[in-house]
Amino acid sequence: MPQPVITASQLTKVYGDFTAVDGIDFEVAPGESFGLLGPNGAGKSTTMRMVGAVSTRTSGALSILGLDPNDHGPDIRSQLGVVPQQDNLDQELRVRDNLLVYGRYFGLPRAVVAERADALLEFAQLTDRKKAKVDDLSGGMKRRLTIARALINEPRILLLDEPTTGLDPQARHILWDRLFRLKEQGTTLVLTTHYMDEAEQLCDRLVVVDKGRIMAEGSPAALIREYSSKEVLEVRFGSDKNAEAAERMAGVGDRLEVLPDRILVYSENGEAALEAVTHMGLEPITSLVRRSSLEDVFLRLTGRSLIE
Amino acid sequence: MTSLDQRQDAQRALAGGAAPRRWGSWYIAEHRIRAMKGYAGDAIFQSFGNPLIYLFALGVGLASLVPQGIGEVSYLQFVAPALMATAAMTVAANETSYPIMMGFKWNPIFFGMNASPITGGQIVNGMMIHIALRIVVTVAIYFGIIVLFGAVPSGLGWLAIGAATLTGMAIGVVLSTYTSTIEEDRGQMAMLQRFGITPLFLFSGTFFPLDQLPVWLQPIGWASPLWHGTELGRVLTYGADEPIWLTVTHVGYLTTLLIVGLWATRKHFVRRLNK
Repeated sequence: MPQPVITASQLTKVYGDFTAVDGIDFEVAPGESFGLLGPNGAGKSTTMRMVGAVSTRTSGALSILGLDPNDHGPDIRSQLGVVPQQDNLDQELRVRDNLLVYGRYFGLPRAVVAERADALLEFAQLTDRKKAKVDDLSGGMKRRLTIARALINEPRILLLDEPTTGLDPQARHILWDRLFRLKEQGTTLVLTTHYMDEAEQLCDRLVVVDKGRIMAEGSPAALIREYSSKEVLEVRFGSDKNAEAAERMAGVGDRLEVLPDRILVYSENGEAALEAVTHMGLEPITSLVRRSSLEDVFLRLTGRSLIE
Repeated sequence: MTSLDQRQDAQRALAGGAAPRRWGSWYIAEHRIRAMKGYAGDAIFQSFGNPLIYLFALGVGLASLVPQGIGEVSYLQFVAPALMATAAMTVAANETSYPIMMGFKWNPIFFGMNASPITGGQIVNGMMIHIALRIVVTVAIYFGIIVLFGAVPSGLGWLAIGAATLTGMAIGVVLSTYTSTIEEDRGQMAMLQRFGITPLFLFSGTFFPLDQLPVWLQPIGWASPLWHGTELGRVLTYGADEPIWLTVTHVGYLTTLLIVGLWATRKHFVRRLNK
């Protein structure tokens, strides 16, 4: 097995009396697409800033490309591409100029930067907007430009912090497509997200994080297998009747989860579970049978929903 | 245990970090200069327009009320080096106020820079190189215009360009030491202008010698980098009569502010960017 490009061991970050990251361990293999899934405030971004060699850890060990970020921040960062949660493109510069100035930060010759900038604008589907002001771009275009900027140094590892937050569905799919291509080319991706579908689409392996700790680790499919059932039946009886209906439904499926607006029935066969419910004389206002997702894994692990 | 792959990765990283470690500050300056494309026209217009307005109003207009001049020189000659130092201060104040707040908050480009191999200290250096260049150009134009007005009798007058630049930079880094700590905009920039820059302009011996002020107000001038810069400019443009120790004090005071301000600003940047 190839040596990991990132190794974190008991990695901890404390701000005053708040522990943002609480002794986490993980490794990322070269070419792997690794995700940190968790709700806002779970410590994902803080972890990313430590892996990005900008935020100094409070304790624990961290090695990126075989180097310690405490001693080799600039060296490590020369091999990273970073897509932050909040866009920080320079609005005073035009689209292409943003790539040109950023490429220079890595000490690349101007001619090389210019050539790569044009190729990356093509990759980001922004060639026809290269002279536009950054402010005139849509949210999805800005994200794509930020990704293009992060690739200007041909990074070994691409760090993406909530890459599609705030984008409309179409823009998200375009972005996923671009990231998928990078993955196919062998770029190591590390991403944080609180969208389970994004994690399922993009990650080979992920850790579920909550309150600065890792709750579980595995591939999306393995996590679902381990912590959830194959299918989920969602039934709604109206918010004041859900609790009462849930009591009567005890024994249906493998497990029940009562949420304020609906009841989730975990079962290998959702349709059969629905039949059992109607047999009991219960008549849900709406019912839905779906595959289990990482959302269910998170709910099982923490008792809370990912997006609250 | 490290494998061959990992050693290659590490070596590549060390090689990749070499150029940015050495030249990073200049890459930031290059970025800032490129960003000037958007406002270069305004900057040039101001560089020519401001001196003309001030020199006509003060050096020609107000000067007619002071026909005897100040000391041994005309009022125009007296006021011209002060205006030049003030122009340097204005550029420095503009560049170290909103642009720094913007880089951290409204358009957080500093965080983007810091995610690359560039360090917080280099970001500050690069910003300051750009500001110094802007000041040099501004005061050089100013100097050219005051020469045309006949306000520079001394052959060493051109050295006043350096003195004014030093003055601007000393004030700039003191301001950036403060502005780099502002997290929320509560009108601090406007306050700084009103209660910092404007009083400096008025009480630094710009329009009249400092000793015309009541004794209890004179310490404002002694503490003011603008007064030190202005007096230094006067020594250089018309050989103002002052003891050599005072001239050395002007240079020493401004240089100390520059060094301390740069150190403190770099510290604030690094702390804020690497939280």
